[in-house]
Formats: sequence, structure tokens, C-alpha cells
Amino acid sequence: MSDIGNKKTFALDDDHVMVVIGSGAGGGTLAAELAKKGIDVVVLEAGKLTPRTEFLPDEWASFTQLAWLDKRTTSGTWRVAKDFPGLPAWICKTVGGTSVHWAGAALRIQPHEFKARTTYGNLPGANLLDWPVTREELDPYYTRAEDKMGVTRTHGMPGLPGNNNFKVMYGGATKLGYKECSTGHMAINSTFRDGRNHCFQRGFCFQGCRYGAKWSTLYTEIPQGQATGHMELRPECHVSRIEHDKTGKVTAVLYYDASGHLQRQKARAVSVAGNSIETPRLLLLSESSKFPDGLANSSGQVGRNYLRHTTASVYATFDHQVDMFKGTTMAGIISDESRFDPSRGFVGGFHMETISLGLAFYSSFLNPGAWGKEFAEAMDGYSRTAGMWIVGEDMPQESNRITLNHDVKDQFGLPVANVHFDDHPNDTAMRDYGFERGEAVYRAVGARKTYRVPPYPSTHNLGTCRMSEKPSDGVCNSYGQAHDVPNLFISDGSQFTTGAAENPTLTIVTLALRQADHIAAQMHKGAI
Amino acid sequence: MQSHPLPDPVLATPEAGPAPAAPIAATRRGVLKATGLLTGTLALSSVLASLAPSRSWALDLKGLSSHQGAVILAFSRHLYPHPHLEDAVYALVVKELDGKAAATPATKKTLADGVARLDHVGSGDWLKRGAALQEIDVAAMEGTPFFTLVRSTAVVALYNNDMAFAHFGYGGKKGNDGYLYKGFNDLKWLPNPPAAASGPIPKG
Ligand SMILES: Cc1cc2nc3c(=O)[nH]c(=O)nc-3n(C[C@H](O)[C@H](O)[C@H](O)COP(=O)(O)OP(=O)(O)OC[C@H]3O[C@@H](n4cnc5c(N)ncnc54)[C@H](O)[C@@H]3O)c2cc1C
Ligand code: SF4
Repeated sequence: MSDIGNKKTFALDDDHVMVVIGSGAGGGTLAAELAKKGIDVVVLEAGKLTPRTEFLPDEWASFTQLAWLDKRTTSGTWRVAKDFPGLPAWICKTVGGTSVHWAGAALRIQPHEFKARTTYGNLPGANLLDWPVTREELDPYYTRAEDKMGVTRTHGMPGLPGNNNFKVMYGGATKLGYKECSTGHMAINSTFRDGRNHCFQRGFCFQGCRYGAKWSTLYTEIPQGQATGHMELRPECHVSRIEHDKTGKVTAVLYYDASGHLQRQKARAVSVAGNSIETPRLLLLSESSKFPDGLANSSGQVGRNYLRHTTASVYATFDHQVDMFKGTTMAGIISDESRFDPSRGFVGGFHMETISLGLAFYSSFLNPGAWGKEFAEAMDGYSRTAGMWIVGEDMPQESNRITLNHDVKDQFGLPVANVHFDDHPNDTAMRDYGFERGEAVYRAVGARKTYRVPPYPSTHNLGTCRMSEKPSDGVCNSYGQAHDVPNLFISDGSQFTTGAAENPTLTIVTLALRQADHIAAQMHKGAI
Repeated sequence: MQSHPLPDPVLATPEAGPAPAAPIAATRRGVLKATGLLTGTLALSSVLASLAPSRSWALDLKGLSSHQGAVILAFSRHLYPHPHLEDAVYALVVKELDGKAAATPATKKTLADGVARLDHVGSGDWLKRGAALQEIDVAAMEGTPFFTLVRSTAVVALYNNDMAFAHFGYGGKKGNDGYLYKGFNDLKWLPNPPAAASGPIPKG
């Protein structure tokens, strides 16, 4: 047990522990916060424990090492379903979850985005709703999250120094008159802080940060939680079902341990933080005679309103060297387009963030399936290429959803998740506009050729157990507490009522901090 | 059918378990291993010279004949035409496919059938056909299992190796320690952004 770092372990029939499913941004943060408050927690994580000394500076090797490769299926008209039918999302299955591969962009959701329905109005086909929580209420927690994660340009931390890819973005942005362009708010140490080193500009952020400069629950929250003596981490434990009693309260979880044996851990309360595909899948798998449509699903909204952000990339080749791969992957951001301005032909906004891929991923993602001279020419320009990612708000749609695919089974014989997605017309309009603006940025500094690159497998997965004021509109309340089951909590991006334009993780962590306070208060009152 | 563009390690999840053992073909041809050899020489000026132990290279084939290997190499050059990229790098596509052919009879057959079809249009030897005609032949094969297999293998094998990294100018694992003191911001053809938009470089 010592190599896992646990100071304390709990018995399977110990029914006073809180069980947290998933050790990523949401689950890892929640578990550590509860442990610091003296609440006993068992964290069940499907993936292995891979210390950062074992990270690989090799794109496919790292992907194979850390990504979620269990079977999934896809449907819908989105291009990912055609290009990557078995890989709808890029999510990690490892201790630390996707906070191991994430890039670190940490932006607060804007006040008006929490009121999406009120601000955007009634958009046909969009299942818009205001969040049951406001930016004002979250601000103190945002401040704590930024401090915890070491977000640059907050709490006196300087910005990161801009790399070559950023210089190109900045040059184009200023030529176009954009005012909000900088190296951004990144959960990456710009100086030595919190016992973690500063960034060394490796450019392997998507492969895990061996210096620990980038925040990840793997080497921050999880060891901190373990150190309290109130948290036990169990890697390679895949939860297959959540059980409840006659009153509808959850009582235990069933999981397959590292050797494939089915175990039952009793629980006082359960948090689900498996990221927005596995979380609804687990609730659907936990159907019972009391909850025939899945646990906590009286609203019918479990698995629906799947959000993935409206994304795309623009790459451009120049006459001179760029070497975009040198330095942080998300090295800079333009935020001017994140405003609400329907005169552009769509509601919601988007950010433009530098992105870089190594040669291997560049060839696989530039234009999946492509071949021939034009493709080869793009590859020839690799070292003269700059890149950016467009990330904007997509519209929630009931039909975009996670369902159980009973025809395809995983290694445990359980039906896999099917991910269905179609763009909303608003998404398409935003993407087209974003492509134009991104190309304009690069043309302003002399791009020779620009490339419009389709979305990658989803890195931001949100909305599938959304929070709502009314139980009929969503799955949980503003604390992530299931409307139907008071001692069941959703603790990841599934809670998001809408997607907003911002990268989601800072908000996931913020909600986890707020949820921890709520759970502690409820336990104190004896309510759960 | 759309091929899966992910390389085998991504598709073959460990949980999926080993593929069922292939029945051994009872014919004499199935028992005799088609072994081949692919050879070449790096150009004198090659940036890859420092990566190779010597200028000449050779690839032993276990699932393909020498001719099949050579046809697949030429086919890959048409798929991803980089006139200055050495054959030694394209040979990695052949190596990958040879491994798959040796492991899976169905793959071996797909490759053999594709090469036979090309040789057929090339009046016996596709390699003797002019480059312009070869290019047309390659395009005409799109959608066939042979094309799909070779393309999806090539796009990964060709660009995911140290020689390709050197040729196209990607740092690969050389960047493992970081570019902070090794040129992460060495771009000179645009002005440096102001300090307010960027940040200080930590002292080494
Ligand atoms: C390449 C990449 C770049 C990104 N960059 C950014 C960025 O710059 N900014 C940003 O805000 N976000 C970014 N993201 C997104 C970010 O990683 C996620 O938003 C965040 O990690 C989600 O946190 P989570 O807790 O919901 O899920 P995760 O972090 O994915 O954790 C979920 C965990 O649950 C485990 N799990 C799932 N099901 C089960 C089960 N049944 N039993 C046990 N365990 C289970 C999984 O193995 C996993 O470890 C990026 C993502 C990727 C892939
Ligand atoms: S660029 Fe910085 S944050 Fe990214 S992996 Fe390297 S050291 Fe870590």
C-alpha cells in the first residue's frame, strides 16, 4: 500500500465513508477537500497510478499509456464519428484523470454565461437554461481555486513568458485590433510555488508535465488528501454500479478491483466524477426497480445535453521558422470574441488559444483520412507552422446524449457508452466565423497558407447531468446534489448547465470546493 | 468503409485480450515463409545521416516478398509525396505493414492482392510504370481495403519516427528537458510582445 501513498485504509463494510468515483479534476479536488475537513473518503479510480517520472515525451506512446481506451461508440453527424468512431473523447484513465493531459488554461465563466437562457433567449432546438448559481456566488470559490491551482496573473503570480507560437498569435491579434491577447491565465507555475517547479517550456503539456509545473490532482490534491490520514486512494478499481436502499438513498458501490474481482464498498454518500461520458453511463447502469430509467433520472435528463464546446483549429504556414512545439502548448489566448454579440450571427462567444501538436499528432489530426500532394505540402511546412484552437460555447440539445449501447460490451461485459452528437446551427455559424477570424489573425502577419482543421475527439465533455433550479429540468441542484437522491453528488463537468466559452476545469474545481463545504455542512447537520 | 486512423496500439486495447490464434493455412504456400529484403542508401547530404549507423540500410521482411515491399514503398511515396524525404523513412511504412502481414494472414492477403492488382495494371511489374501513371493508379485504388490499410498505416509510421522528426523539424524527445533555455522564444521575424502580455523568464 505504501507505494500508493495511503496513510489509512478503510474496510469494505465501513459504511461511514464517503466514496468518490474518479480522481480527476473534480473527484480528486473534492476528495482532498473533504479529507482536509476530517471526513473519511475512499477514492475509486479506474486507472493506474503513474507517477510523473514515468511520463513519456512521445505523443502516441503517452496516449496509449494514459488515455481512456475502453470501448465506446459514436453516432450523429459530427465528423469525429466518422474519423474516430471508437474514440469520441480524449479523456485520461489514470490517477489524476484528464488533469494529467490537460493544457492548463484556467478561465472564469463570465457572469452573463451563467444566465444563458435569459441572455440568449429562446433558440429553436437549444435546451438552454440558466444556471442555478451565479458568478457572484462562485467568485470566492474561484479565488480559492486559482490560489490552489497556481493560476498565472492571479494572486500575484506573473504571466508565463510567451513562446514563438504566441509571438505569431500576438502579432496578428494586435494587427486586427484585438485588445485582449496575452499568455493568459494558466494553471502552470510561472515561478517556483507550492513545492512545485516552474515551467520549463517543454511543450509536452498534452503528455503530462514531468516537472509538475502544471497543476494536476495526481501530484497536488491526491497526495495532500492522503497525507491527512482521512483519504484512501484505490487505483485500478472500476465502479460498475451504485446501490441504494428502499428509501432511495445510496448505500454502496460495486466495483471491479485490479484483479477483476467484484467488490462492494459501503458508503454514507457517493460522489460521481468520472467525466461526462462515464458519469451518466454509471447512473444509467445503476437502474433498478425504484429507478427504472437510471439512478437520479426522474427528469430524463441523465446523459442528455452533452456538450463538447464548439471547437476547431486553424494552422498557418509562414515564410520563416516558428517551431510551435517549443514551449507551453496553450501559450496564449485572444479573448475579444468571447463576448455576447449576436450581430456576428450566433449567440455565445469563443476564445482563440494557441495550440501545438508534435509531428505525429499533426499528421493524424490535420485532416483525418487525407493524403496526396496538398497534405504532404502542409506537412512540409511543419516547422514554419503556427496553430490556434477555437473554443466556444455550444448549444445544449436534448438529442445530443450519452446512452448505453447494449450491442457492444466492455471488458466487464457492461454495455458501453454511445456518444451521439450533431452540431446546432448556432455551433456551425460560430465555427465558420471562428475559422475566418483565426485565418485573419495569421494572414495579418503574412501567412502563406492557412488550414481549417476539424474538431479533435472531445477534450471538454460537459452537461450530461446538469444542475437546475427545478428537478424536472436537470439532474442535480447547484451543489451537484442529485435532486432525486440526497446523498448522491455529481462532482465533474457533467453538472454544467451550459458550456460557456471558457475551458471548463477551473469551474469544475471551483464547484468541487463549494460542494465540499456543502457536504460537510449537510453531514454536520445529520442530513446525509 | 472509413478506416480507423489510429495506430494499432490505440485500437488494440489491452483489455480486449489477444486476438484469437489464426488457423495455419494448410497449403504449401502458407507454410513457406515469404521472406524478402528491402535495401537502400542515404543521400550524402542527408540530415538523417547522423541518425543512422551507416549510409546503407536494409530491412528484412518476414511477411512480404522483396517485390511486394518495393511496390508498397513506391505506393507510399505517392500517398505522401515528399520528394526530399529518404526512402529509408518510407521503408518504415513497409516495416510496419510487414509486421502486420506476418502476424495476420488476412492482412497479408490484403497486401498481396493489392500488389497483384497494381502489377496487373502495370503489365506485370508496377514498378516499371511511369510516375504519372502510378499516381493515377494510386488514386484509383482509393476505397479498396489495400489503400485504406496502407494509408492509415503510412500516416502514422511515416511521421512518427526520429528520422521524420529530423527531416520535418520537430524536436521530439529532445525537448524532454524543456526549451526554456534552448530557444522557446527565439523567433526573430516578429517583434517581441510587450512585458504585460507575456511574462518573466525564471532564472536558471
Ligand atoms: C489534451 C487536453 C487538453 C485539455 N486542456 C484543458 C485546458 O487547457 N483547460 C481546461 O479547463 N480543460 C482542459 N482539458 C479538459 C480537462 O482535462 C477536463 O475538463 C477535466 O480533467 C475534467 O475533470 P473531471 O474530474 O470531470 O474528469 P477527469 O479529469 O477526466 O477524471 C475522471 C476520472 O474518472 C475515472 N473514472 C471514470 N469512470 C470510472 C469508473 N466507472 N470507476 C472508477 N473511475 C472512473 C477516469 O479514469 C478518470 O481518471 C483538456 C483535456 C485534454 C484531453
Ligand atoms: S511546457 Fe511547462 S507546463 Fe507544459 S509540460 Fe512542459 S514544463 Fe510542464
